[in-house]
Amino acid sequence: MSLPGLIRAGVIVFLVGMLELLCRTGVIPSITAIPPSAMAEALFGILASGKFTQDITVTLRNVSIAIACAMVAGIALGTALQSLPAVRRIFDPLFATYYAVPMYAFYPLLIVVLGLGDLPQIAIGFLLAVVAVLLNTLNGLDRVPRVLLKTAQVHRLGPVRTALKVRLPFAAPYIFTGFKLAVAYSFIGVIGAEFITSNRGIGYEIAFAYNNFDNRVMYPMILLVLVVVISVNMSLHHWEKRLLERRRR
Amino acid sequence: MRWRDPVLLIVLLLAAWQLLYLAVGDVALSSPARTFRVVTAMLGDPRFLPHVQETLLAFVQGFAIALAIGLLLGLTLGANRLSGEVAEPILVALYSIPKVTLYPVILLVFGIGMPAKVAFGAIHGIVPISLFVMNAVRNISPVYLRTARVLRLSPVETAWKILLRAALPEIVTGIRVGFSLTLIGTILGEMFGAQRGLGFLLMQAMSLHEMERIMSLTLLLVVFASSVNAGLLALERRLA
Repeated sequence: MSLPGLIRAGVIVFLVGMLELLCRTGVIPSITAIPPSAMAEALFGILASGKFTQDITVTLRNVSIAIACAMVAGIALGTALQSLPAVRRIFDPLFATYYAVPMYAFYPLLIVVLGLGDLPQIAIGFLLAVVAVLLNTLNGLDRVPRVLLKTAQVHRLGPVRTALKVRLPFAAPYIFTGFKLAVAYSFIGVIGAEFITSNRGIGYEIAFAYNNFDNRVMYPMILLVLVVVISVNMSLHHWEKRLLERRRR
Repeated sequence: MRWRDPVLLIVLLLAAWQLLYLAVGDVALSSPARTFRVVTAMLGDPRFLPHVQETLLAFVQGFAIALAIGLLLGLTLGANRLSGEVAEPILVALYSIPKVTLYPVILLVFGIGMPAKVAFGAIHGIVPISLFVMNAVRNISPVYLRTARVLRLSPVETAWKILLRAALPEIVTGIRVGFSLTLIGTILGEMFGAQRGLGFLLMQAMSLHEMERIMSLTLLLVVFASSVNAGLLALERRLA
């Protein structure tokens, strides 16, 4: 492991250890937080008992649907916009301000329109993710070298086949960056929406446990979210690094 | 001609809204015209203004904290290579987690009320601001830093006279991203466990199924967030 990696591990172990100590000695009362070791233990208990298996599956399924829809729509719209510069210019200010808009403010609206099922949560995840995919697709397509497009012309590829065989493969690493963001944003959107109002899912269980002062459920579930999201993001980050290194060779 | 495209975009969005309204009707959506009337009525209502003040007050405090900590953290981590490498993955991980799940922890620590909202807004803003500032400082030409050393500037002087100025455009980008995220955090914080503020009004309107109010509040927030964002974006382009 590299030196920064070692120090990082040390810092994290130190912080968790401090929290453990403060909780065990009662400086942090148990109504506020439970020690990390108890969180981990309770999390294993919860996972083994299967009490929240359905919530976990529902959340992961909704996140996956949001990511899949965002990828398909983002790549399709990005490719279309890239070939229509006039339309793209009109929408540019929208993309520049898109992430400034508090997306959760639309959640009440989505609940009224889509009903109180899984759809509003998926919609929030999708809305947060789709523009990241779109912008990264555009960014990648903008960088396709002219010579590749000319080669496609020489081979008499039509616009659709040029997109599928030349432009999108070239843009793949950029689209992967979009995918990475889509994963993070879909988790944020879906779990956040579940937390605000819903009737199942990990976010819902955290909110429910909080309302009942049930720290033995709330903290393990928060820990579960952190562990899942951070490990998914870290493995994507490593994968992306490998992709980029391969391209540089 | 600079204004043509944004104006066209707004007209397009309004047209899409009107068409959607005509398609789904009064139950699910309120029309643009009606929403604008409700917004005007709301802005003239003396009972509405305290909520705006509450949200603004929480937001301004949260943003000030996010700016102070974010700048300090970003400058330190950017100037010191090793600590930057140690901290970056942690910051990126913090950026990608759904922070709303941490809200119960904030509430347990700060209690329901203003401090919890401020803290929640601030934790949304700190991470992006420090990440942007850190990368901005790392990209500063080493000549500037060597000059600072030759002139025997103290760390504080170096930060103020060299780092901040050389990295200003990217720092403004960080501030812009931090601004919107702090706003989101503040509104989110008001959506649970608050008795006042725009987020509270949104949740109330949702439970009462008052479509007009939901849409008017959403419209107000969207207009506010996008105009500040557009302003900061223009500043960024002038500095770059």
